[in-house]
Amino acid sequence: MFWKSTYNEFIKIAAKPRSYIGLGAITLIIAIILFAMKADGMSFISFVTGPFEQSLSFEGNILNGNLIAFIILQMLIIHVPLLIALVTGDLVSGEGAMGTIRLLLTKPISRTSILFSKYLAGCAYTFIILLWMGFMALIIGKWMFGSGDLMVLNSDGLIVLQEHDLAWRFFCGFSVAYLSLVMVAALSLTLSCFSENSIGPIVSTMAIIILFTIIGALDVPVLQKIQPYLFTSHMVAWRNFFEDPLPTQKIISSIGILVAHIVVLLSIAVYKFNRKDILS
Amino acid sequence: MPNTSEKIVEIKNLVKHYGKFHAVEDVSFDVYRGDVFGFLGPNGAGKSTTIRTMLSLIKPTSGELKLFGKDLLKDRNYILSKIGCIVEKPDFYKYLSAEKNIEIFARLSGVTVTKSKIHEIIEFVGLKGREKDKLGGFSHGMKQRLGIAQTLVHDPELIILDEPTTGLDPQGIIDIRNLILQLKNERNKTVLLSSHILSEIELIANRMVIINKGKTIVQGSVSELLNAQELIVSFSVDNMEKAKQLLANAGMTQLIDKTEDSNLLLHISQEKIPVVNKLFCDNGINVFSIEAKRKLEDYFLKLINA
Repeated sequence: MFWKSTYNEFIKIAAKPRSYIGLGAITLIIAIILFAMKADGMSFISFVTGPFEQSLSFEGNILNGNLIAFIILQMLIIHVPLLIALVTGDLVSGEGAMGTIRLLLTKPISRTSILFSKYLAGCAYTFIILLWMGFMALIIGKWMFGSGDLMVLNSDGLIVLQEHDLAWRFFCGFSVAYLSLVMVAALSLTLSCFSENSIGPIVSTMAIIILFTIIGALDVPVLQKIQPYLFTSHMVAWRNFFEDPLPTQKIISSIGILVAHIVVLLSIAVYKFNRKDILS
Repeated sequence: MPNTSEKIVEIKNLVKHYGKFHAVEDVSFDVYRGDVFGFLGPNGAGKSTTIRTMLSLIKPTSGELKLFGKDLLKDRNYILSKIGCIVEKPDFYKYLSAEKNIEIFARLSGVTVTKSKIHEIIEFVGLKGREKDKLGGFSHGMKQRLGIAQTLVHDPELIILDEPTTGLDPQGIIDIRNLILQLKNERNKTVLLSSHILSEIELIANRMVIINKGKTIVQGSVSELLNAQELIVSFSVDNMEKAKQLLANAGMTQLIDKTEDSNLLLHISQEKIPVVNKLFCDNGINVFSIEAKRKLEDYFLKLINA
């Protein structure tokens, strides 16, 4: 029954027009970035390499598909949570707003199974969004700009990662980015259990992300104590795979905190959903 | 033939409180297999809360809910697999077709439902040819029919319809009434029907319960409950004054409820109708019609105003 319910949730997500907003938005944004980089990418590169040009010389295809994919991932990972919340924040509250929750919860399947099937379908949607982003960024990027070594600028300086050393880094980077997005899906699904309308959980998810991001950026001693435990501090953990040497401990810690958030949030969602009186 | 002595719903002392608000205070009733069971009560009496509790949409504060001989809180999935329902209004996924909507809910019903079965049910409720249409373009009446299709698709034993005729036009009400009678007569279903339209219950239900302010007031066979009461019977006569005089002479003045044009409304039991009719006819008064008026409505009002 769980898999039948999950299949139902896939059908519902696939049939909803709002599910295509994410795909459309990503396609449009990446297309604009690719076009802009094609038109004036070298000025962007000069802006980054400028401070190092007196001591270093840069040769080869610097503006390549790998760099484009890295830039896109960095830019979009901030905005993709909104697109994910747009769909996952509606999974429970949308049924309440439409009134279909009355029929759904009178079927011989437990509420926990329904909730998990909704989450699983939301995770699958997130995967498709990220896969599409990866395809547009890496495949189209490489097709338009060719391949080459990846130059990454971080707080320690400039790192050049060789082309043959990049595939696994992108794979792991995308995997951790996926984990942070399914955490966002868990957050919006949980908020969805507390709401009777679709907008509330979507807006609340974004408000929480913005609030935590601000707290995470403030250089105040009392806030610094909680900053390592905020999920927003680990949403950029995918970048660690583009460090050399690899900060393994930091990566494991980030994965642990993201997984812990998912477990806690889903537990709250199950508790609330199972005790919810359906009055709509 | 169904075993009509088998209780398939047993509600005992159901209570539901929301903080200080007591939505259901003490509701008890039984539904037997094969019943078309009328569930009556004024707005806010607790009908919807009781129905939602029976369907596990709401958790009861206390009380016993047994369906098909099993405890709802312990055997929820078993019980729900034997029930088809519409709660308040039939809401569906507007962005899906009628067929897809039925498929979605059928998939969760616990039995395998084939496409041909889905088409058969859609045809049964009179929506043949609209299977592929999205629900966004359906009228309320069509959604109500699709709601009934959804209740039937997994061949349940008990069908619970909460206010199924709300918002329907007169033809829609007749169609839904006929569908309910078909369910009982042709498919041997047990139907629990909550409605505000008392004449509807009177026409199709064989047993009923009336609740008010969250409490059961009365339950039993519709005909027995109504026949135990005196009726208001309208005699249409050609000579009102003579008719009233005859009743006075026979010591039956107290039976007169009121007069309306040529209609004399009497408060009498069923057995006295032929006696009064004979009295009029024997004394040269022409009786054009005899009509029992608003039986259940009066009974209902009398109970809830008591």
